[in-house]
Amino acid sequence: MTDLSLSDHAVAGKTAPPSEARALRLPTQWLGVAPFFIFAIMFLILPTLYLMLGAFQNDAGEFTFENIAALAQPSIVAAYWISLKVSLSSALIGAFAGLAIAIAIVRGGLPEWIRSATLTFSGVASNFAGVPLAFAFLATLGRLGLATVLLNTVFGLNIYAHGFNILSFWGLTLTYVYFQIPLMVVIITPAIDGLKKEWGEAAATLGATQAQYWRMVVIPVIWPSFLGTVILLFANAFGAIATAYALTGSSLNIVPILLYAQIRGDVLHNAHLGYAIAFGMIVITGLANVFYIWFRTRSERWLK
Amino acid sequence: MKSGKFWAWVVFALGAAYFFIPLIATVEFSMRMRRGAYSFDAYQIVLGDPRFQATFGYSVLAAVFTIILGVLIVVPAAYWIRLRLPQLRPIVEFITLLPLVIPAIVIVFGYIRMYGSNSPLPFLATDMGTNALLVIGYAMLALPYMYRAVDTGLRTIDVRTLTEAAQILGAGWGTIIGRVILPNVLIAVLSGAFLTFAIVIGEFTMASLLNRPAFGPYLQNVGANRAYEPAALAIIAFAITWGCMSLIQILSRFAPRSANRPN
Repeated sequence: MTDLSLSDHAVAGKTAPPSEARALRLPTQWLGVAPFFIFAIMFLILPTLYLMLGAFQNDAGEFTFENIAALAQPSIVAAYWISLKVSLSSALIGAFAGLAIAIAIVRGGLPEWIRSATLTFSGVASNFAGVPLAFAFLATLGRLGLATVLLNTVFGLNIYAHGFNILSFWGLTLTYVYFQIPLMVVIITPAIDGLKKEWGEAAATLGATQAQYWRMVVIPVIWPSFLGTVILLFANAFGAIATAYALTGSSLNIVPILLYAQIRGDVLHNAHLGYAIAFGMIVITGLANVFYIWFRTRSERWLK
Repeated sequence: MKSGKFWAWVVFALGAAYFFIPLIATVEFSMRMRRGAYSFDAYQIVLGDPRFQATFGYSVLAAVFTIILGVLIVVPAAYWIRLRLPQLRPIVEFITLLPLVIPAIVIVFGYIRMYGSNSPLPFLATDMGTNALLVIGYAMLALPYMYRAVDTGLRTIDVRTLTEAAQILGAGWGTIIGRVILPNVLIAVLSGAFLTFAIVIGEFTMASLLNRPAFGPYLQNVGANRAYEPAALAIIAFAITWGCMSLIQILSRFAPRSANRPN
C-alpha cells in the first residue's frame, strides 16, 4: 500500500498535462466522452429543443406566440391548475410526513433495527410507483377496497357517501404520497444525521430550552434541504402520468394525461398546441429545479 | 426525552399503518377471486396468461439492453472525466440531471416528432428501430441513477494509478476500461443496473406512446378490464421492486469503503 500512496503524491503534483500535449491529443481526448455527448444531444437535448421551438411556430413554420396564448383556454388552464394542486399538496404532505418519520427514526430513540428497516422500505416504496401503485390503492380505497369496506362495516363510516372518491384530487394526492414520503425519508435522513450533537449541547450550555434549540438551531439548518426536497417532490409528481392514468383513466384531467391524449390522437386539433403544453411542463419543472439547485448549494454548507 | 420517545413511536406507527394497509389490502383483494374462500386463482390466471409472459419477457429484454447501453455510455464518460477532463464534470453532471427535469412524456413526445418515418433518422419506420428508440429512451430515464452509481464507484478506486500501471504493462484503452476499471467498479455498476431494472420493468409512458408490447402497457390494460388480477400483478411488481432493492443492499456490503486516491 505504501507504493500506492507514493505514486499519489507524485501524481498530485502534475494533475494537468502540459497544454501543447493536450492540444495535440484533442481528438482522442474527446473519444471517451463522445458517446455520452452524442447520446445526450441526440436523445435528450435536441428532442426537447425541437418541442420548445415547435411551441413558437405555426404550421407554416413561422414564429408565433399563438400556441402559448392558446394555453389560456379554460380546459388547459384547468389541467395545469389541478396538476399544480396535486403535485404541490402531495409534495407538502409527503415532505412533512417524511420529515416527521426521519426525525422519529434518527432522534426518537427508537431501536436501531427500526431505522434500517425504515430506510430499506423507503428505498423500495419510493420506486414503487406507476401502474401497480394505482392497483394497490384501488384495492385499498376503491369502492370495494379493504379500507373502504372495513370503515363501512366496523365503524359504519361510508366514505363514498361522504364524497370521497379514489378517482379525485384527494384520491390521487393520497396515492402520490405513497412514493413521496419514502423519497423524503431517503433524502432528508442524511440532513438530520448531519445535525451535530455538539450543537444541541452548546445550545443547552447557553441555557436554551428544547423549543428554542429547535426553533433557532434545528429548523434554520434543515430548512434549505427541506425546501429543496419539497421542490424535488413537486417536480417528481408533476411529470408523473402512469399512476394517474391507471387510477383514473382520463377522468381526472391533469397535464400529463392531457398531453398523452394529445400525442395519441391530437384531441386539441392543433399539433403545435401539444408542443406548447410540453413547453409549459418543461418551464414549470425547470423553474422548480433552478430553486432546487439554489437551495441545495445553500444546504450543503451545513453538511460538511 | 420520555415524551419524545412516545411521539417517535406514534409517528412510526402511523407511517407503518399508511404503508402497510395498502399492501395488506392488495394481498387480500388479490386472493378474493374465488367466492367465499381465499385462493391464489388470480395469480394462477395472471402467471398463466401468455400475454403476461410475452410482455414481461419483452420488458426484461428491454431492461437488459438498457443496462448494457447505459454502461457503454456512462462508464467510459465517467472514467474519462475523472482521468482527463475534470473541467467537463459540471456540464456532464448537469446533463445527467436533465432527465429528472424533463418529464418522460415530453422526451418521448420529442422522439415521436423527431424520429418519425419521414425524418432523416426514421427510427419509428421499423419495429426494430422503435425497439431501439425505446431502449435509448429508457437509458436516458436511468441516466441520473446510472451515472451517480458509477461515479460513486470510481471515487473509491485510484483511477489514475490503475490506468498508469496498466499502461506500463502495455494495455490498450479497451483493455484498461474492460479489464481493469470495469471489474473494479462492478458492484457500483450492478447497483445502477438493478435500479435501472426496477425503473424499466413496469414503465408505462414511453412503451405505451411508442406502441411497444411491454409490461407497463399490459398492466394498464389488465387494470382497465379485470377486477382481481390487477391486485395480483401489483403484488408481483412490488416483489420485483423489493428484490432489486435488496440486491442493491446486499451488493453495497461488498463495495470497497476506503478511497485510495489523491485529494
